[in-house]
Amino acid sequence: MYSFDFEKPSTIADAVAALGAEDAQALGGGQTLIPTLKQRLAAPSKLVSMSGIAEMQGVCAEDDGSVSIGGATTHATVALDTAATYPALAALAGQIGDPAVRNRGTIGGSVANNDPAACYPAGVLGSGATIVTNARQIAADAFFEGMFTTALDEGEIITSIRFPVPQAASYQKFLQPASRFALVGVYLARFADGVRVAVTGASEDGVFRWSEAEEALDKEFRPDALMGLRINPANMIADLHGSKEYRAHLVSVMTKRAIEACM
Amino acid sequence: MPKDSGIGASSKRREDVRFLTGAGNYTDDINVHGQAYVHFLRSDIAHGRIKSIDTSTAEAMPGVVKVFTGKDFEGVGGMPCGWEVTDKHGAPMQEPPHPILAQGKVRHVGDPIAAVVADSLEQARDAAEAIDLDIEELPAVIDMKAAAQDGATLVHDDLKNNICYDWQLGETDDAKVDEVFANAAHVTTLDLVNNRLVANPMEPRVAVGEYKRGTDEYTLYTTSQNPHVIRLLMCAFVLGLPEHKVRVVAPDVGGGFGTKIFHYAEEAFCTFAAKACGRPVKWTSSRSEAFMSDAHGRDHVSKIELALDADNNFIGLRTNTFANLGAYLSTFSSSVPTWLHGTLMAGNYKTPVIQVNVKAMFTNTVPVDAYRGAGRPEATFQLERVVDKAARELGVDPIALRRQNFVTQFPYDTPVALTYDTGDYNGTMDKLEAAADLAGFAARRTQSEAKGKLRGLGINCYIEACGIAPSNIVGMLGARAGLYDAATVRVNATGSISVMVGAHSHGQGHETAFPQVVADMIGIDESLVEIVHGDTSKIPFGMGTYGSRSLAVCGSAMVKATEKVIEKAKKIAAHLLEASEADIELKDGQFSVAGTDKSVAWGDVTLTAYVPHNFPLEVEPGLEETAFYDPANFTFPAGAYACEVEVDPDTGQVSIEKFTAADDFGNIINPMIVDGQVHGGIGQGIGQALLENCAYDANGQLLSASYMDYAMPRADDVPFYGVDHSSQTPCTHNPLGVKGCGEAGAIGSPPAVVNAVLDALNSGGKAVDHIDMPMSPSRVWSAMNS
Ligand SMILES: Cc1cc2nc3c(=O)[nH]c(=O)nc-3n(C[C@H](O)[C@H](O)[C@H](O)COP(=O)(O)OP(=O)(O)OC[C@H]3O[C@@H](n4cnc5c(N)ncnc54)[C@H](O)[C@@H]3O)c2cc1C
Repeated sequence: MYSFDFEKPSTIADAVAALGAEDAQALGGGQTLIPTLKQRLAAPSKLVSMSGIAEMQGVCAEDDGSVSIGGATTHATVALDTAATYPALAALAGQIGDPAVRNRGTIGGSVANNDPAACYPAGVLGSGATIVTNARQIAADAFFEGMFTTALDEGEIITSIRFPVPQAASYQKFLQPASRFALVGVYLARFADGVRVAVTGASEDGVFRWSEAEEALDKEFRPDALMGLRINPANMIADLHGSKEYRAHLVSVMTKRAIEACM
Repeated sequence: MPKDSGIGASSKRREDVRFLTGAGNYTDDINVHGQAYVHFLRSDIAHGRIKSIDTSTAEAMPGVVKVFTGKDFEGVGGMPCGWEVTDKHGAPMQEPPHPILAQGKVRHVGDPIAAVVADSLEQARDAAEAIDLDIEELPAVIDMKAAAQDGATLVHDDLKNNICYDWQLGETDDAKVDEVFANAAHVTTLDLVNNRLVANPMEPRVAVGEYKRGTDEYTLYTTSQNPHVIRLLMCAFVLGLPEHKVRVVAPDVGGGFGTKIFHYAEEAFCTFAAKACGRPVKWTSSRSEAFMSDAHGRDHVSKIELALDADNNFIGLRTNTFANLGAYLSTFSSSVPTWLHGTLMAGNYKTPVIQVNVKAMFTNTVPVDAYRGAGRPEATFQLERVVDKAARELGVDPIALRRQNFVTQFPYDTPVALTYDTGDYNGTMDKLEAAADLAGFAARRTQSEAKGKLRGLGINCYIEACGIAPSNIVGMLGARAGLYDAATVRVNATGSISVMVGAHSHGQGHETAFPQVVADMIGIDESLVEIVHGDTSKIPFGMGTYGSRSLAVCGSAMVKATEKVIEKAKKIAAHLLEASEADIELKDGQFSVAGTDKSVAWGDVTLTAYVPHNFPLEVEPGLEETAFYDPANFTFPAGAYACEVEVDPDTGQVSIEKFTAADDFGNIINPMIVDGQVHGGIGQGIGQALLENCAYDANGQLLSASYMDYAMPRADDVPFYGVDHSSQTPCTHNPLGVKGCGEAGAIGSPPAVVNAVLDALNSGGKAVDHIDMPMSPSRVWSAMNS
């Protein structure tokens, strides 16, 4: 890697100030960023660690029933601490990578990175969560802007993410055999006012909502409500691990399994 | 009763204590005072002509010691190939030069162009980025069949085409083969791919070169399976150094699987550069670098045809294979698709007419060489897939069809150059049927179907030629080396023993199993015997470890040296006991005079050898013997495997539910280690069958260049294995009656897995007759839905 400066502030305000430097970059768990640096694919002037900021750590249940997760909370903590309040999200966090990754990687880092095969974006979009930053609140529907792009501005920090808790939810992840990221992952959440279906791993445009499925499920919530519904393979990802058609097919299979898990 | 020590005991692997507690000494743990670091600037395109390389900026960068390019190696030899294959017209293979650093052209992604030696690795990398390259990109030669066409772009401009050799084995008369097929009652044909693999040993390759000006001596520390071979090749062919001035050390090595047999450019570079820079030079491969610089494995595209008569007897077999050699000839690459592959096409069957055709191709890809099994998995895969397909086409039981065609009389001369000394294929199949509970399969299938899964059973037989190899035979076939091995048994004064062996242990457990043999022969505790390996300055000579040869070849040398030691010790004992040498018996570490109660202990005799106050005058003091052993034939481990899979019809996901191996390895020294070797081999075979795929795009970019895309098998991808080694026909020509077990699992398992998946799909009404490996969920689903 190239050399860089390192800062570990203890408040959000200090972190924002530190990130004001040219080419400074936030460091979460480093599970994506450090390998990128090692391969010399990025050359930040300074890394600002989020890990010393107490206000960005941990899970808390809000009065309105939602669950709020600090932006620097590790996947392992989420897997443990939302197990009772939001079990589908806990299950998602518990399926990310391996124990080492889960004990370093953070929700903020994952969501800011918006890898098209990552799990959290599906959970965030599927839950209709709100991304809270140092500057504003962004609805999930307005946050994910395509592969590796988000609504975040330069230097903007995800300080927490607030998840409304659905009546029932399920994340169905079909593993890419090598990376074990999602070849296709479907997060389905059933709220009193409707069903949300978010799909990761499949699309050239990153995580997306499968609105036809949502509409069909709003009418009747049962596995064969999807009969005849097909995702158009045209803008699915095709690679070594699966064709466009295969991914489109898996979206249906995983959605059906998510419905069954919510019954 | 299982034994608790000596031959046949499952002694615990003593080396694991240091491996598992972080006390191993791997090459990267070796740091030599004053060392500098090298970073290789590697080609990021598959094929190009080097117009210019400007290193002036790089040379002036901080910490840079020296920058090397191909020019610095113009007076030096290239990387040699150890086996000259003669093509079917009697001409030698085309053998292009393989420079240490690219000269004139780059020929694969990863081909080293320049090397920067600097005080630190990061400085070397910084400087490498400042090297100005002007390379004209040329069309990449990737597809083997296209590469064989007239007028194809040439990987090597000085060769007449991209075909290294067009080789044939078995029946030379095409008309005779045609006639067999014309008269056949049934012909089964199959086109298949044996997928390219990256060995991925846990420890990446490392080399540290050191040069001592005062004595003009070099030391190379390297991750090698065979340090003497590296020394020989590097000294004699590459750098032109006298061997007595060069020491090669391969300390603890974290897995090899074949890919650490070969002499690599980085080893020669570090040795050369240590002198040129006046400093030790260290290179540690990154994992990404390993993907594009370690020799790859397999990569065959084949058509196989099997002819059967009206009674389902195999009457003819013909194969046509394109074998990828990559951009350059790696050390043993030429032997893999030929003498390690064509010779195995008879398999376990008495097919009378066999013709094997192999075109070996140069392409703009990483060189391909031996990987666990080396040629034999490629042979087994073709044969066992076509036999299985024939059984399905004919509607006969795949086991019965195999049994009907088994070789049953030994020795057996195959039509493809080998003589099987011994075996019992029906007996081994009997063991498999019992161990795998094949009778219970139907019930297990019903249970799977109740869960909505398709269940399949796949059977496979294999034979391999191991204990590589009789030097006189391989010499006739083109090997440029002998394949004997050597051992020195050094008995210390107090009776403990160091055995210096030419075999190298990098996971095989030699440090445990070899002492079991020596201790058993003498009747002393195993802990008194230790082996020394991996250092040319300590061991007499050795061709190293590969081809399941360590115990069969080096172990035999060790037995012979131990016999010499015992013979001499008996002379000393006879003197001490005032008896005739002929009357001395050695048992449980005691020399006794037959028929009397007079005896003397091993330790007293060894002490006498070194404190010869009361000593036979005609005997030399000391107790140390060396033996070289050249095998009379290959050994022929064989086995039968059964794999049961479940396929999820919704997604095409395959899971291995049960895997049973029945192997005949002859005599077994340490059953636990043998089980472990088989487990590991099957794991790699399952990896090949379901997961691993080294893929290039049409431009020669490696698509699976990291673990993000190259799927290694993980613990949860494999089942608990059932392993049965009770079928034992001891090898007839080595002293231990052993055959070798290191590669069997990787050879025998891929066809079993594929056969099982196809059985599952067919049981679900999907008439699929082949899926190429790896059978990823996507490929299985596509096959089911096409
Ligand atoms: C072996 C392995 C397996 C994995 N498997 C999976 C998997 O199955 N599923 C999955 O979803 N992911 C997987 N990941 C990715 C993992 O979840 C990462 O942790 C995650 O993608 C990035 O989180 P991080 O905290 O490590 O972020 P970092 O790597 O530190 O940063 C990633 C990016 O986010 C930015 N960033 C970090 N924190 C913040 C913040 N609070 N606000 C704004 N920007 C921020 C950084 O500047 C950087 O651009 C895997 C990773 C590895 C190494």
